[in-house]
Amino acid sequence: MGKMETSKKRVDDSRLSRKNEDMPRLSPEEKDALVHRYHPDYKDEAYAEIRIGANKGERTVHEVARLLEGESPFFEKSVPLSPTHQVDVLIVGGGGAGATAALAAKAAGASVLMSTKLRLGDSNTVMAEGGMQVAVAPEDSPVRHFVDSLKGGQMANDRTLLRTLVEEGPSVAKWLIDIGVLFDREGDGNLSLRAGGGSSLPRLLRCKDYTGLELMRVLKDCVLNEEINVLEFSPVLELLTDGEGTCTGAILKNLDTGKLIVVQAKTVILATGGIGRLHIQGFPTSNHYGATGDALSMSYRAGAVLTLQDTFQYHPTGSVFPEAMAGLLVTEAIRSAGAHLLNIHGERFVYELETRDAVASAVIRECQEGRGVETPAGRKGVWLDMPLVDLMNGEGTLKNRFPNMVRQFSRYEINIQKEPVLIYPTLHYQNGGVKINVDCESSIKNLFVAGEASGGIHGRNRLMGNSLLDIVVYGKRSGNAASRRAEEAAHGKLTLDHLKIFHEARKAAGVMSETISPLLFPDYVNKN
Amino acid sequence: MSRTSTSEKTPPMISVEIMGKKYQVPEGLTMIQAMWHTGHELTRGAGCLGGICGACPTKYRTKDETKIKTALACQTQVEDGMSFSLIATYYPNQKVVYHFEEVKDAKQDLFRYYPETALCRNCDACTQACPKGIDVRTGVWKAAFGDFKEGAELFLSCVMCSLCVPVCIADIAPNQVGLYMRRAQGIYYDEKLPDLANRVEEIDQGKYDAEWERLLSLSDEAIKSEQIS
Repeated sequence: MGKMETSKKRVDDSRLSRKNEDMPRLSPEEKDALVHRYHPDYKDEAYAEIRIGANKGERTVHEVARLLEGESPFFEKSVPLSPTHQVDVLIVGGGGAGATAALAAKAAGASVLMSTKLRLGDSNTVMAEGGMQVAVAPEDSPVRHFVDSLKGGQMANDRTLLRTLVEEGPSVAKWLIDIGVLFDREGDGNLSLRAGGGSSLPRLLRCKDYTGLELMRVLKDCVLNEEINVLEFSPVLELLTDGEGTCTGAILKNLDTGKLIVVQAKTVILATGGIGRLHIQGFPTSNHYGATGDALSMSYRAGAVLTLQDTFQYHPTGSVFPEAMAGLLVTEAIRSAGAHLLNIHGERFVYELETRDAVASAVIRECQEGRGVETPAGRKGVWLDMPLVDLMNGEGTLKNRFPNMVRQFSRYEINIQKEPVLIYPTLHYQNGGVKINVDCESSIKNLFVAGEASGGIHGRNRLMGNSLLDIVVYGKRSGNAASRRAEEAAHGKLTLDHLKIFHEARKAAGVMSETISPLLFPDYVNKN
Repeated sequence: MSRTSTSEKTPPMISVEIMGKKYQVPEGLTMIQAMWHTGHELTRGAGCLGGICGACPTKYRTKDETKIKTALACQTQVEDGMSFSLIATYYPNQKVVYHFEEVKDAKQDLFRYYPETALCRNCDACTQACPKGIDVRTGVWKAAFGDFKEGAELFLSCVMCSLCVPVCIADIAPNQVGLYMRRAQGIYYDEKLPDLANRVEEIDQGKYDAEWERLLSLSDEAIKSEQIS
């Protein structure tokens, strides 16, 4: 028997005796110490100082710094800027935030154009498994949701943004149900609520482990029924400004033909999502193929202020075996339902429902200190023991509540109802992003940002289920605010003047890199 | 997928055929990974890479088999002698535009929007084509007979990849029918939620204003030790 099998047998053998075992929670001091010592956010050599722009002097990881300091694909190129499209609101990004923004802007009477790098709906939203936090239970309240999220965010959340998030939660949940999103119900017809890490009460609305898919399917259908013009496979490569700090449009590229598309818009909403495919610090990722942080570099060149660029969420339980599944998420809801984490000796090492930053740090600690299990491909991980979920909640619970998880692993002949799986933290979410106000407007006039591309709402660590809420609450707010603004604004001049200013700053700071941003896609293609 | 595997052991190589060309790739890759490995740049055909977005519907055949099968390329491991093609990066499917505000009887109106639904000839090709293992044919029948509740449940895991559409001999778009049925179930037939409506009203009427005022005046340290009950 190999080491992996021996260790796995220990987990199988101890399952029954562990079933009712209590695991002590971390005190706030213990949690702080654990996170500071092991969380990737605190690994100094992974960080660089940002040398130019609005956040000059702040720290971010090398992978992001390179893109922020990168040159525009259009610098010193002659690009004809006569618009091919003229609209009130241009929405960049086809995930949950972009789709919601488009629906809100259209409903408010604006003319809307959507641009997406992949297809409408191919996004991180569609992959969200765990649920959406909303304070709907009679014993719950938005204030309580706020306190949980603030503690989870290491007190670094923008309080105005967070308050709005939790206060508008119930009304957006109602809207989603009204347009036909099927959240799980209890036998009596009421919404079924589940617990998540760091939440003091069960507060997660969900649709089995397909919550994001359900949301995205319905939002996409609404966008199509509203006959909103969507340009798929047409990412934005650069923003346009009037040369005086106001955003006036963008340059897109049709990836099929290579042709540029110039859009003149009264307002632009960036809803381009996160950064997982930058593989920060070499981590695998749970994110979709296009998650390359495009909003960060483009808005930064145009002068936008970013926030919390030094903090990222590494979801504690990314799959590490088999190799073909590396990085794919195992939902936190599985731990809410009772699954244990165990090291190579079959010992538990952390209370499984600590916040994500703490659980991820504990997993990394185990692996760094020789208590991890090595996979045949050379990755390290610890066990996530899911058969316990059925033992605790009754036979069939995994199959009923987590059909996607059961199916994903069964493709590789792993039966999660009978055996544990190996996991390690996977790059999941950018906690920060473009700084916005409560109407999603950035520091650049008429440039709005919604969803994961924006920052501040979640502080330094987002709680499970707050992202699906974020994209709907702030998707709507951005769509509403951008269309209101478009009513009073005229179309502005289209220039790339901000690129010259940016280039001068690069030169002055001695930035020599030849990096062009946005990245658009990760480079996985074998060149040999 | 990640570029950070620390493996130094090289897995055995196998032969695959991608869009009609033969390549050698290491064992254990998904179809998408095999395409990257062999130098294919992908802009279409890759999405979530987790089997949920439906961007990578693929046709394939395994060694010595006659049947052409369907799969999601990000979820299917290549094997020796396999031949595959990521052909379906876009299906020109019908997607009927409807507005639920204008729907009077959702179960009857299904036939107004998707009249082919009544014409299913039970061939089961849709079910066989589904990479998510959905009993698509039964779902279509549930829709036709107005059993939206059970039909909606059957389409829970539908990723809208459209592999069921071109195989239908009655020209039904089962995934679209499933989505219509799910939304109609939620809008018209599920129990209403008075608690949720009450909570929205409480917030609008300022029920929590005093609590907000108290809380927002507290220091970080005080909030950290806050135990709201």
